[in-house]
Amino acid sequence: MKSPILQSATKYLLPILLLFSFFLLLRGHYYPGGGFVGGLVASIAFVLHSFANGTEATMKILKRKPLSLIPIGLGVSAISVTLPLLFGYPPMTGLWFEEPIPFIGMIGSSLFFDLGVYLVVIGVVLTILFTISLNNLEEKN
Amino acid sequence: MLLAVLSGLIFSIVLVFFGRAFKAKWSILIPILPTILVIYFAQMIPTISSGKGFLQHYDWVPSLGINFEFQLDGLSSLFALLITGIGSCIFFYGRAYLKGHPYFDRFFGYLLLFMSAMLGVVLSNNILLLFIFWELTSISSFFLIGFNNDSADSRKSAITALSITGIGGFFLLLALVLMGNIAGTYTITELIQHRDTILNHQFYPLIIGLLFIGAFTKSAQFPFHFWLPGAMKAPTPVSAYLHSATMVKAGIYLLARFTPILGNHTYWNTTLMVVGGITMLYAAIHSLFRIDMKAILAYSTISALGILTFLLGVGTKEAVVAACVFIVVHALYKATLFMVTGIVDHETHTRDITVLGGLRKVLFPVAIAAFLAALSSAGFPFLTFGFVGKDLIYEATLHYTNADWTWILTGATVATNIALVSAGFMAGIKPFVGPLPEKFEKVHLPYKAMWIPPLILAILGVFFGVLPAIAGDYFTTAASNTIWGMNTESYLKVWHGFNTVFTLSVVTLLGGTLIYAINKPSLAKLARIEKLNSISPQRIITGFANDIVRVGHWYTGIFHNGYLRSYHFKIILFAEALLAYRLWMSGPISLDMWDLTYPDLYEVAVIFILIGALYLVVSTASRLTAVVAMSVIGYCICLIFVIYSAPDLAMTQFTIDTLTTVLFVLVLYKLPPFINMTNRGIMVRDAIVATGFGIILSLVALKVWSEPISTEISDFYGENAYLLAKGKNVVNVILVDFRGIDTMFETVVLSIAALGVYSLIRLRLKSSEKE
Repeated sequence: MKSPILQSATKYLLPILLLFSFFLLLRGHYYPGGGFVGGLVASIAFVLHSFANGTEATMKILKRKPLSLIPIGLGVSAISVTLPLLFGYPPMTGLWFEEPIPFIGMIGSSLFFDLGVYLVVIGVVLTILFTISLNNLEEKN
Repeated sequence: MLLAVLSGLIFSIVLVFFGRAFKAKWSILIPILPTILVIYFAQMIPTISSGKGFLQHYDWVPSLGINFEFQLDGLSSLFALLITGIGSCIFFYGRAYLKGHPYFDRFFGYLLLFMSAMLGVVLSNNILLLFIFWELTSISSFFLIGFNNDSADSRKSAITALSITGIGGFFLLLALVLMGNIAGTYTITELIQHRDTILNHQFYPLIIGLLFIGAFTKSAQFPFHFWLPGAMKAPTPVSAYLHSATMVKAGIYLLARFTPILGNHTYWNTTLMVVGGITMLYAAIHSLFRIDMKAILAYSTISALGILTFLLGVGTKEAVVAACVFIVVHALYKATLFMVTGIVDHETHTRDITVLGGLRKVLFPVAIAAFLAALSSAGFPFLTFGFVGKDLIYEATLHYTNADWTWILTGATVATNIALVSAGFMAGIKPFVGPLPEKFEKVHLPYKAMWIPPLILAILGVFFGVLPAIAGDYFTTAASNTIWGMNTESYLKVWHGFNTVFTLSVVTLLGGTLIYAINKPSLAKLARIEKLNSISPQRIITGFANDIVRVGHWYTGIFHNGYLRSYHFKIILFAEALLAYRLWMSGPISLDMWDLTYPDLYEVAVIFILIGALYLVVSTASRLTAVVAMSVIGYCICLIFVIYSAPDLAMTQFTIDTLTTVLFVLVLYKLPPFINMTNRGIMVRDAIVATGFGIILSLVALKVWSEPISTEISDFYGENAYLLAKGKNVVNVILVDFRGIDTMFETVVLSIAALGVYSLIRLRLKSSEKE
């Protein structure tokens, strides 16, 4: 299914959707959104790209296996859980910067926790889908 | 004391990393550890025998009452010394025995683990800690018994031993928890003060029943004894260690330890006397028919454990003293005989006493050790510790409080001891006397490290026999004082004068010698006794285990047949039953029609689309159509979420649905062609179940709507989301802050799922690449 329209559309859709997914992640603490939905939207962006250009092309954009996102995401979450221990608080205590950052707003440890969830979700979804679809391709050949 | 208990565990971990080095040039370091420990415990003897004790306490999980609480009193000191003392001998012996074995490091890793666990059992002052170490002994002995893991017999014996002792451990845990809850403490020294509370509680019979199952399975009491002969598949150093001083004595230790708390009650004493009595007679008679040296020793061990249980059951002051002495007597001679057996096996490659003979000519120092041990086991007068032990046993049975029972008890012990004398002679004397067969002429003495340890233990038996006061003052009296709860004022001596006890001892010795002379065990006799196996406890319990396997097969065949549709069907049916029951019990649903609003146009439209898509899913013959129709249903639900202002849910549902459809399409490609296998009957059945589920869920929804809802929880989150977590989106705040640990683990679960898919597909590819 190589449709030129879809191919050129995804060229612009991919960055926009990724940006949108990141936007969802950031606003999650105040409005509908969050790491989980953000991660799903980002994976949909890649899946859409793989539909238009083939899974192998998408893998090229990703540069490395989506599997490697999982440990990174888990690590980010785990650090944000344990970080308060260094400051003498129980784990999972929310730590916040005093002043909001321009364009992003308030930044706290729970945002990093959500970032970890975001990365894990992308890693999990893309690993499952791409493993199966690459396997299908290999069997076809 | 904590370090003493844990040192073995730590050392075994070190072995994991430096096993190679310990295999070769550092191997001498391994037996040093038990030697250090035995010195450590020995230097505490003076304090212990003066009646004092040590207590130590380190917090571990104080909220659950599990702490590192240790105590060293007379009883635990006796056992700790046996474990480390005989342990040192075994470690030196085993190092020579297994020299060059490819799994040398692994073996000592298990053995160290086991030693630590045993020390933990006897030193724990917290019954839950005791249980943890108790289980650890079962687990580490599993690895030791199954050490020759390339032999199917060995593996089977290890599993038998683990399942029998493991089941016992389960019952023991129940007993301990019950006891701890009734008394309100898990500390042994405190439990003693609550003795009356426990004794008068209605659960007392239950507690001791459960405790007995734990102790009897561990100490191989009838009818759980059969794992012990099977455990002889282990390398001989293991048998020597497990069956003389440690593993099987753990059950005896448990009974002795709880005697001050639970003992001296009719139920306690009668059960122990009956079970111990049956075990000692049954196993003693069995030992007469064996031809394998190890099997003889195994049955005589069971019999000796029976005697110990029996003595604790008799429960008089004299019986307690006798039990403590006999523990030492048995440990010394049984460890010696096992090590001798190991040497014989190592050098001649057989343990068959019908073949062996005359080995004194080639293995002289070993023969001395064996003779001394056999004589000690026979209770040879004036020279051996066994004599002192036997005297005390007879004295205990003769002075039993109920005069009617005196002769029954004495008769049973005399009969047991006669058989044990004969068994001891068969294992300790028979292989060394008589003419030396030609094929054994080339047999030579093994390393010194192999024959010196048994010789030391045998000589120790004689030493204590000549000077029993030393053994009494330093070891056994303090132990019996602990069990008895006050000073037993016992003084061990060799000579009691010509009295009934001495006559019985002589009768036992003569009777045993006579049987040894007459009884010639052979393969034919063994075969005859094995015919009785069909009614043996082993057969019955193994049969029961096989029945469980059969039920498992049947259950798996019905419930886990691998068809997704069958799983769905059962799950939904079960949920329907539960929900219907609950709805039925909770009374009628009151519904006020006037409270309902009319649906608007959007809702009606969405519902019509929903129903249409549903019909397509059910009726289509194409999988692709079904998948697409399913996703239409999903999007309709999204719309409903939007209408009822739940944008969070709608967003998530939408993305999830999209991705699920993609996943479905990808997987569809791999499915075999669609074959219609349903018939009318199945379709009607499924339709009924499905409609029923729909109706029940609608009823549940109505019920929820008509019931008053408690809003405490949502109010709490609503109020505190911004105050405590600085977020306005309550759902998200719950996810990333209030219940963040849940989310953390959910992401872990997701990751595991992804890894599962990845490895399943990748691994499958690899195996096909090989072809």
